[in-house]
Amino acid sequence: MRIPILKLHNYLLISIQTELDDKTAIQFQEDLLNKIHETWASGVVIDLTSVDIIDSYIAKVLGDVVSMSDLMGAKVVLTGIQPAVAMTLIDLGIHLKDVPTALDLEQGLIKLRQELEE
Amino acid sequence: MMDIQFQSFIPIKKEWDIVAARQQGRDMSKQIGFGSVDQARIATAISELARNIYLYAEQGKICFEILDDMEHKGIKIIAKDDGPGIPDVGKVMEDGYTTSGGLGAGLPGIKRLMDYFDIVSEEGKGTEVTVQKWLR
Repeated sequence: MRIPILKLHNYLLISIQTELDDKTAIQFQEDLLNKIHETWASGVVIDLTSVDIIDSYIAKVLGDVVSMSDLMGAKVVLTGIQPAVAMTLIDLGIHLKDVPTALDLEQGLIKLRQELEE
Repeated sequence: MMDIQFQSFIPIKKEWDIVAARQQGRDMSKQIGFGSVDQARIATAISELARNIYLYAEQGKICFEILDDMEHKGIKIIAKDDGPGIPDVGKVMEDGYTTSGGLGAGLPGIKRLMDYFDIVSEEGKGTEVTVQKWLR
């Protein structure tokens, strides 16, 4: 299972629509970094509206991909985290403190633009 | 007395079984009548328990029971393995304790997601974690 990564101008857009198992998540991490490298994208939005479970492992993979992209020079914003997912993550003790987030895709793009000062 | 209406289990041997177990838990909790937040809590707790089995014991199983004692309904999940066991259960129940370098949220996280939590572990014999959530 591969998660599609769309390019829009200098941004990459991803909407995760599938049940995230460990392998898919790791594959996505690698695919996204390669795509950033290939396209010289400066910003990435990962939309999680359709994701109804984020466990500690998936949270770690997502947090890591944000840091890894940051190292490469691309800003990542996570959007659309569901209320149930937010509550579950806090119960688990996962705060994703340094990860930029926004309510939805639109807000995510606005946030990216601000962060990149375009 | 507690009346067990339905029982099932999912063996945990490969990574994909973690997903199968949490989907089963989500389906069962939906069937019992849990709302979306509790469904997510239950499914996430199962995901963590199944991952612990996969990481530390290599194989085991996740057992599901629907609880119904006339007054309230709930779900009981038992994660069982014949792995190396946990030498110091008190220590793994401390927040922030890890042996995997942060791969799992750990047992305190699972405990916070559920209403009841119990762990029995014997070194060299295996571990059994029991959790329950009641419908409110």
